[in-house]
Amino acid sequence: MLALLTVALMAMALAAFVLGPRLIGRLAARHKGAAAAQPAFDPGRERRAEQRARELLRSCVNDVEWAMYRDLGFIRVDGRPLPDAPSAEGAPAPYAYLIYPHKPIVAYVPETGRLLSEYCVNFPDVSGGGRTRLPASDDVLAKWMALTSDEARVIGRANMHLVGRQHDPGHVRRDIWRLSEWERLGAGRVGARAA
Amino acid sequence: MKPGHGEVLLAEGDPRVRSDEELLIEEFRRQLDGGMWAAVPTERPGSGRREAQMVRDYGEIPPEAQRVIFFPRASGG
Repeated sequence: MLALLTVALMAMALAAFVLGPRLIGRLAARHKGAAAAQPAFDPGRERRAEQRARELLRSCVNDVEWAMYRDLGFIRVDGRPLPDAPSAEGAPAPYAYLIYPHKPIVAYVPETGRLLSEYCVNFPDVSGGGRTRLPASDDVLAKWMALTSDEARVIGRANMHLVGRQHDPGHVRRDIWRLSEWERLGAGRVGARAA
Repeated sequence: MKPGHGEVLLAEGDPRVRSDEELLIEEFRRQLDGGMWAAVPTERPGSGRREAQMVRDYGEIPPEAQRVIFFPRASGG
């Protein structure tokens, strides 16, 4: 029997494409004359959206990355090996990124902890005129997908600054320390569970 | 503030069935024309490392892909 292969096309925070015009039209009819009808803030809806976003993120990243995000609130993505560096399996990445929700991506050197720069990038909801933003975990997933698939493109589009413009450098250093402690104490356990 | 939505299923089907494939292609193009990026989550065999693969054309979608995720294009913040 031939197994059916299903391909699903999914979208993050795209309901404005599917539902948006109808919803906005309804609100506009209720508030005639209002220049820009915005759906009212609904904490329950936001919470449900974030919950769905977390599930989607969890289904895309590996177990260690998911546990990192769940426990620490950010995900580390290793940078590409430098072109002139000798390739050694298991060698530490020359640089890495920390992905935070709705905050710039931070680049640093894992071996020394030296902070390199912060890359301010966002993913504006095109259907909302750029005024709206993705749920926090969708923002993390968008950055993760962009960095792991086409690092040069997303970094090229970002505004680069020294760490300290939006991030507190002391906070980031503390996060790097927390990450190293987390890996020392728990990553093996997570990895074993993932295997 | 944006009303929350999270992920939304846009279309699904069996790409080996002609009518389904046409639907998937149409939706794929509509999303890219609307300014979205498309990515397929993948896993490197053996390493457990996961990453995404950007796709700019329907034909670039790996045959084993189960889903394509659309997300807004990155811009400098």
